[in-house]
Amino acid sequence: MSHILEVKDLSLHYLTRFGQKIHAVTDVSFTMKQGEILGIAGESGCGKSTLVNGLMGLFIPPLYPTGGEVMVNGESLMNRTPQDVRRNILSQKVSMIPQGAFNALNPTRKIKDIAADVIAAHSEAHKLSKPEIYARLKERFDLFGMETEHILNSYPIQLTAGERQRSVIGISTLLNPKVVIADEPTSALDVTTQKVVIKMIFDLLEKNIFSTMIFITHELPLLRHVAHNIAIMYAGEFVEYGTATQVVHDPRHPYTKALMGAMLSADAGQKNRKPTTIEGAPPSLAKSIKGCRFAERCPSARPECKEKDQHMRTVGERLVRCDYAE
Amino acid sequence: MQNNIIFSAQNINKFFGHGRKRVCAVNDVSFDITDGEIVSIVGGSGCGKSVLAKIMLGLYSPESGSFLYKGKPIVNTRDHWNEVQSVFQDPFGCFNQFFSIRTQLKDAFGILKNKPSKQEVDKRVDEALLAVNVKPADIEGKYPFELSGGQMQRMLLARIFALKPKVLIADEPTSMVDACVRANILDYLMKLKVELGMTIVFVTHDIGLAYYVSDRIFIMNDAKIVEAGRPEDVTQNPKSPHTVRLLEDIPDINREWIKK
Repeated sequence: MSHILEVKDLSLHYLTRFGQKIHAVTDVSFTMKQGEILGIAGESGCGKSTLVNGLMGLFIPPLYPTGGEVMVNGESLMNRTPQDVRRNILSQKVSMIPQGAFNALNPTRKIKDIAADVIAAHSEAHKLSKPEIYARLKERFDLFGMETEHILNSYPIQLTAGERQRSVIGISTLLNPKVVIADEPTSALDVTTQKVVIKMIFDLLEKNIFSTMIFITHELPLLRHVAHNIAIMYAGEFVEYGTATQVVHDPRHPYTKALMGAMLSADAGQKNRKPTTIEGAPPSLAKSIKGCRFAERCPSARPECKEKDQHMRTVGERLVRCDYAE
Repeated sequence: MQNNIIFSAQNINKFFGHGRKRVCAVNDVSFDITDGEIVSIVGGSGCGKSVLAKIMLGLYSPESGSFLYKGKPIVNTRDHWNEVQSVFQDPFGCFNQFFSIRTQLKDAFGILKNKPSKQEVDKRVDEALLAVNVKPADIEGKYPFELSGGQMQRMLLARIFALKPKVLIADEPTSMVDACVRANILDYLMKLKVELGMTIVFVTHDIGLAYYVSDRIFIMNDAKIVEAGRPEDVTQNPKSPHTVRLLEDIPDINREWIKK
């Protein structure tokens, strides 16, 4: 199997209590090879986190699949019940590192008990006893270069933000998942802790705990250092897909250009550079949108942009959803 | 005492806990902040920057040393908040879930001594919402739980833009918004400084952001201010090893950051 993850025309929608459909993700397609790190960037509300749920096959109402296919290792994740997904997919095939580590950990239980649950829930065929589970946990947490005893025997509130995030990463990767999806794992941390957490992720990659990762963030400079390929998402669609260097150093889609222009840097001479701001807000996804979704806010929009639907096309060796990008 | 000094701190200390667990959060810190400048306090988690911000707000009082606002110690916080307002880090903890956002933005005017008229309040709320890139119609009748973290943070900023205080203490006001909105908000903060002469204390861990907005930067580490100066000097010729580390840890696109 050449591709570990194949996503074909995946569309997802939310159903509101008024029967309205919100098309949060539209026609997302990509494939990932073993050992690849894909970065997905985009502003808040562009569908990044919805896509994560879709990639896990976890469709809990009000989220429903509209169409498309997600295959992990040749196995489809669509049309499964949430129970089936929890038991057979999560943690083993696809695992997620959640956004806020503090909200992801049960405050009334010790880290070792939370982690033991993950192992116990997935080892029904060969039941492990508690000491066996703890021994396995200790072995795994020792790999992280943290104070294992201290972390495992603490309640989440007793740990620092960085330790908490690293424990969550440890728990998410306990069962050596095929694909790990990290949903903004460092957005709540300061720069120094962020570096520590990223170092730990690289450490795990090196030790072959997992090899394929989707890294979601809105910090493009961070993706430049973490990811091999980057996809830029806007209003539920991929608008640019290319290698990290291509997208960050030579963006072609107007939206990517604007995103890069909005980055601030402490480099000399950057103080008087005005970061670009994108006026307006993304379109509402409740109605069907005609033409380019970025046309309303695009600095180089042409009258025909609002009429004509844009499709991914190859520009400068990467895919761009804009007919006028050069 | 000079008139144009807003905050003046002389050797202030703040401790938490007792006995062996006593922790020093602010250790022998002295500084002056003058009228109309933007000062950034930069440091990693747990360096005491938020405690310093809360001292400026009058939420904590220093255990020793003198801390003066416009030459007087902070006695009545109610009066203090008339002129000094803040944006906190965690927007989820800042709104009452049982009232609509608009009601709460309007209620914010209750803290002012001279309350504007009802029409004036409505007008100012609308203006403030537009300033943070939110259409007033979008949040009409919405409750806090219906908004995302970034939107909530913008609501907190809208509250400040509506109240127009003399001094703003912003504790990580852009931690949950994405880069485009961040640039918008920073531009608006700078506009407030220019148009209203607002003094802004900006607490952040991102030195790049601090470099962009501020007139002066304080670098904090382990409860102490280890370096203070103009943004150009601090970022180009850092004197303290802590500043160097803060600069190195930013993932910059043109520099080797981490080995793969």
